[in-house]
Amino acid sequence: MGTILEMKGIRKVFPGVVALDGVNLNLEEGKVLALLGENGAGKSTLMKILSGAYKPDGGEIFLYGEKVEIKDIIHARNLGISIIYQELSLSPNMTVAENIFALQEPTRFGLIDDKEMNKRTKELFEQFEIEISPTKMVKELSISNQQMVEIVKALSTKPRIIIMDEPTSALSNKETEKLFKIIRKLKSEEISIIYISHRMDEIFEITDYVSVLRDGNYIGTVDTKKTSSEELIKMMVGREMDKVYPHKDFKYLKDEKLLEVKDYNKKNYFHDINLFVRPGEILGLYGLMGSGRTEIVQGIFGILKKDSGEIFMHGSKVNIDDPFSAIEHRIAFVTEDRKNEGLVLTSSVSENTTMANINKILNRFKLIDENKEVKIAREHVENLRIKTPSIYQTVNKLSGGNQQKVVLSKWFEIEPEILILDEPTRGIDVGAKYEIYKLMIELAKKGVGIIMISSELPEILNVSDRLLVVKDHGIITELDPKKTTQEEIMSYITWKR
Amino acid sequence: MGLKLFADKKLFKSYGGVLLALLGLMVLFSFLSPHFLKTNNILTVFAQVSIIAILAFGMTFVLMIGEIDLSVGSILALCGIVLGVMLSNGFNVVISIIAVLIAGALAGLFNGFVSAKFKIPTFIVTVATMGIFRGIGYAITDARPIQIENSFILFLGNKKLFNLIPVPVVIVIVLLIISHVLLSKTKFGRQAKMVGGNKVAAEYVGVNTKKLQIKIFIITGIAAAVSGILMASRLYSAQPNAAGGYELDAIASAVLGGTSLSGGYGTVLGTFIGALIMGVINNGMNLIGMPYFYQQIVKGLIIIVAVFIDVRNKESMLGK
Repeated sequence: MGTILEMKGIRKVFPGVVALDGVNLNLEEGKVLALLGENGAGKSTLMKILSGAYKPDGGEIFLYGEKVEIKDIIHARNLGISIIYQELSLSPNMTVAENIFALQEPTRFGLIDDKEMNKRTKELFEQFEIEISPTKMVKELSISNQQMVEIVKALSTKPRIIIMDEPTSALSNKETEKLFKIIRKLKSEEISIIYISHRMDEIFEITDYVSVLRDGNYIGTVDTKKTSSEELIKMMVGREMDKVYPHKDFKYLKDEKLLEVKDYNKKNYFHDINLFVRPGEILGLYGLMGSGRTEIVQGIFGILKKDSGEIFMHGSKVNIDDPFSAIEHRIAFVTEDRKNEGLVLTSSVSENTTMANINKILNRFKLIDENKEVKIAREHVENLRIKTPSIYQTVNKLSGGNQQKVVLSKWFEIEPEILILDEPTRGIDVGAKYEIYKLMIELAKKGVGIIMISSELPEILNVSDRLLVVKDHGIITELDPKKTTQEEIMSYITWKR
Repeated sequence: MGLKLFADKKLFKSYGGVLLALLGLMVLFSFLSPHFLKTNNILTVFAQVSIIAILAFGMTFVLMIGEIDLSVGSILALCGIVLGVMLSNGFNVVISIIAVLIAGALAGLFNGFVSAKFKIPTFIVTVATMGIFRGIGYAITDARPIQIENSFILFLGNKKLFNLIPVPVVIVIVLLIISHVLLSKTKFGRQAKMVGGNKVAAEYVGVNTKKLQIKIFIITGIAAAVSGILMASRLYSAQPNAAGGYELDAIASAVLGGTSLSGGYGTVLGTFIGALIMGVINNGMNLIGMPYFYQQIVKGLIIIVAVFIDVRNKESMLGK
């Protein structure tokens, strides 16, 4: 058992930012290395260098004891390095088998041999105890099954090093277990894994040692068995953080219904939705992916048009049939998919922060007043501590947590009374999560009613004041987060119909 | 205002490349032809460019939202015919011009409404209307040109103010300023940029993307109508076969000027510089006596280069 990969003094500079500076990484054969760090710490950049997507500006890479220069993604793959991306990279209109064997299809007489391909896919799946039909279209699969396909696809090239970038962010607990089983099997075959995740419990369960990055610098590597989550968090954020969840010292400000949804229905999307939020209250919505939790809030926000039902704000009936009318009633919706639904990636930080309320930056001639815009953007960057070289930076270059802060800034501009957050901390590290929870509490103090969707049990239990469990497109029960347990919630979820 | 914008450092940074290209071409042609740098010729280039430039201003709006309008050349021709028919039937010139602008707006409204309402890709809709509008023009005129004799119309395309500045140049500058303000200084322009960058995100902050698309196609239609008037003036006639292929010149101008074909990025000022580049190349090739078909080849190659630059910019923007 020896070192299979060594990265030494890796440096990468982007215009205006040093993304990596003197970063080391050491991977041993048949081990799982966790790569940990806040947003913008440089994890993704480092992995992109390893997988050939970026070229380093300095440093050396040794693979199997030899110095290598990774030219591009194909070269990395030929060297036995495979990466599973956080964002799915499958073609939705192709079958599972076609995706797995993309560009390396088995052929017969020069034509693609579908039979052989499906057979081999099936064998691969059986090996990992996955039950997905090879001939199904990828778009027909659930997100979590797509993630499984993605993982198998990465394995099909028989790599010696596998990079997993937050592989469980779309998986349920059961599927996560399945993934861990696969990881253990891979370990027994002397395959090495670099595992990026923000979930402490996972890191302690599956990894052998942990390397920590902070602000593009290498902080250190520790043995997973000999460390604690406190130590890791401290290494990550560089300061003591006694708690992952900030304290909220009130349940709600006034016992009245700020927003009330009555008998909301939309065929195939949600049924019999009844819920309310008080001023200053954080209402949690827990459900697995595909349970209909997102559709429910999309219904409230007017993205999905209801078939029947009523919404009341401050006790009087309001009509919401599209996002425009929702915003008029000062409802804000932070979507789960920030890149495709929240941000205009090709626009700047300042343009993104002002996009929900352009009227605010117009002067008396109805023209955009750049001074106003700059002022607003600067305020948000400062208050939310958004890490960006400038407010003119296009948001695609920011890290996930900073992008999420830009989305929040955008909605703060409409001065929301109701803030709906769909998985607000997905793919975001502990430090940024803490800041986002604090922002939520600050808003609650001002009387905003908050609805938060989450599929992370510890989060929903610690952050929400009241908790609704969603299953099969309906709300099945209400729980008190202070009194219930993860086990109790899961028992509702897994309860047979 | 235009001058102040050019002096702006940030703006120079974004247009430095195209300005340099324009300058380079001008140096090249001044060596190849002794006539090129004469004031008269430069003003001719400006005047010739005016028709494409105005079309391209409209095109910039469409490209900005990630759509395309291939029917602008046909709208231009049809609008010229409407002008010719109105004038030859004795209508007052002001009323005729208003009618032409309305005709352009209606053509754009049709493009925008059909594509937005029925969710048909604008590429398909405008390829179809390219034929439809052209066909209507031929049907009205029986494929024959209509002579234009109205002195005001002829003034617009052919005369000079103070015996120096061609009137079309004045019109282009005025429209440049109006479009620039509309695109980069108003809520409407900002929303267009958002829609081009991310349609879903724009919808989720309450932008009515269908309405916006219709408005934008109306703008393109009106721009084509203005170009149609200038064209009719310069040709002293309304020709049903006028402006064939102009849509591609307009797209090339916009893309050369830095407007993205996939939407979300672009400026009218850049488009204007792009149109000047196209105009300088056209004029230069004519001056050195290059045959028409070779000119076609050169223009085709320019379009490929422009799109290549756009693709590469997009890649570097989205991290690569």
